[in-house]
Amino acid sequence: MDAFLDGFSVVTQPGNLLYCLIGVLIGMLIGVLPGLGPAATMAILLPIVVTVDPVAAVIMLAGIYYGAQYGGTITSVLLRLPGEASSVVTVFDGFALAKQGKAGTALGIAAVGSFVGATVSIVALSLTAPIVAGWALDFGPAEYAALALLGVLLIATIGSGHPVKALIAASIGLLLATVGRDSFNNSQRFTFDSLQLADGLDFVVVAMGLFGVGEILYNLEERHGKVHVPAAVANIWPSRKELKQATPAIGRGSLIGFFLGVLPGGGAVMASLAAYATEKRVSKTPERFGRGAIEGVAAPETANNAAATSSFIPLLTLGIPANASMGMLFAALLVLGITPGPQLLEERPDLFWGVVNSMYIGNLLLLVLSLPLVGIFVRILRVRPAILAPITALITILGVYTINNSVFDIFVMIAFGILGYLMKKVGFEPGPMVLAFVLGALLENNVRRALLIFEGDPTGFVTRPISGTILALFLVAAVFPVVQAVRRRRAATTVPDETTQREDVLR
Amino acid sequence: MSDERTTARRAGEGDILAELEAEVAHELEEQRPPAGGPTYQVVAALVTLAVGLVGAVLAQGYGLGSLSRPGPGLWPMVVSVVIVVLSLALLLVGRGLDDSERFSRASVLPLVGVATFIALAFLIPTLGFELPALGLCVVWLRFLGGESWRSTIVVSLGTVAAFYALFLYGLRIPLPHLF
Repeated sequence: MDAFLDGFSVVTQPGNLLYCLIGVLIGMLIGVLPGLGPAATMAILLPIVVTVDPVAAVIMLAGIYYGAQYGGTITSVLLRLPGEASSVVTVFDGFALAKQGKAGTALGIAAVGSFVGATVSIVALSLTAPIVAGWALDFGPAEYAALALLGVLLIATIGSGHPVKALIAASIGLLLATVGRDSFNNSQRFTFDSLQLADGLDFVVVAMGLFGVGEILYNLEERHGKVHVPAAVANIWPSRKELKQATPAIGRGSLIGFFLGVLPGGGAVMASLAAYATEKRVSKTPERFGRGAIEGVAAPETANNAAATSSFIPLLTLGIPANASMGMLFAALLVLGITPGPQLLEERPDLFWGVVNSMYIGNLLLLVLSLPLVGIFVRILRVRPAILAPITALITILGVYTINNSVFDIFVMIAFGILGYLMKKVGFEPGPMVLAFVLGALLENNVRRALLIFEGDPTGFVTRPISGTILALFLVAAVFPVVQAVRRRRAATTVPDETTQREDVLR
Repeated sequence: MSDERTTARRAGEGDILAELEAEVAHELEEQRPPAGGPTYQVVAALVTLAVGLVGAVLAQGYGLGSLSRPGPGLWPMVVSVVIVVLSLALLLVGRGLDDSERFSRASVLPLVGVATFIALAFLIPTLGFELPALGLCVVWLRFLGGESWRSTIVVSLGTVAAFYALFLYGLRIPLPHLF
């Protein structure tokens, strides 16, 4: 409890407050601008951010992540152009409301919902994280190996994109993690006698290449040049009736978001989809959805913020990043010399509670700022992407150079940038590759350590209760998508019947 | 009648999420260039297959050891085999996927972008960062972004000046610099 309160004194130090504010503002900004996502932004800014104090750096990076969830809403509602993937469903009802002249109401409800969802989620995080961390302190190598394996699988299969492709990308990420000196007997692997590769690939450099440069190159080709005319924003305060209408949706959205956010690979995108689907399902008037239902904005926006918040749990308690943005936070902690995991809470309570409590303050800042600043963000939308492109390009190159003052790092980053661009062109998401790369060393070391403990008997993984349970979950997670794909294919063949049936019902 | 409705609704329940996903995919599709077709998928799968095979051969050379004494090659071998199996699966099921994007004339733009990145990497240690950075800005704004000369010059100078102030004075990070 004391540590929790000390956390607030950490956040309220003027320096940390300032970095929190900068973080959420940058987050909102990139949420509004299509193109760079939060993970890419965090990757690009990482080398610069780590020059400041560790706690402030992590507070700022976290702010970028949840701030982006707020920003994404604005363009979804006003332009029918989701700034972030997690705001795509908001487009349906948000833009419909905007067309009815209720853009302000939609933004107001979204901001309130976002705040409530995030706050519920932070409270739940504050209560559960210490328990999970305490429980995980007993984990041995077998448990960690099983957990990392489950993490990689979930990240690959739940995320967007084709599951086989995502798994290939993840496996290649695992292979890339083995480049360099083998930590067990110092033999060189995949270094091709290069001295620079002997220490392995630097995670930050790889992530900056795959996320940052890859996305910059991809955006160069994609034309965002269309001029959009934003809808007018009048009254931003929702009426009491509208608030009442949205309240149950906000409540359900908070819960759905919290639970889906904890899942590796789940996170904000899936939470917003599930929350929207749930509202449509429980509604007595589902036909209103897509035509300006206030719940259709409230639920996904609440859920994506709740999920964004709860996805910190696996990182802060187990050291397993749940999504790409958490992967970048993981990287930042490593660069700062802090190993995320169950021991974090005991060893660095200032950092743990500082970051968690900064989210209370950050969300309050976002609630207060997001509504009055809507006008400014709409104006920022008029800044042409062509002007921002060279600025982000320069930040990445100069930033990566400053990590080790190494030109070699620039070339590694460019190589991974080209890889990231090509992957996007042929339908591979770079996210699973980066995350598997982060978890690769952890996974390999723990598998090998466990094998040594088990004296080469791999059944040890299954017979230990916790690792056995996790591996059983792994099997379920691996088999489920296949079953679902088969069912969907079967359903697809019977689609003609179904639509006629529906027409009958409508009649 | 009401019976029929509930059964129809129940049948539809599981599909709401799938339907929504399809709608979202469609929404995003409007902004995407045309799909690349089966060649893209096959080539991609062959490349990952090659990665897996090369990985397996190299891993073999590092020494597999045994389960009780795992060698440095064991884990890379396992991962490489997984890559090979998955790539073969992708060769089988992936031909009809439409998640690739065709290369077009616009794909020259990223190529030029990469070239400027490489040029910068070579020039920064010898020339300092200011002039190469200015060059990159001009190329990206004028030729890749189609900005007017006026805004190109203003934004380029402003950007380089801002970076100079940020890195050398604000963050005190030593960058090679001329001035």
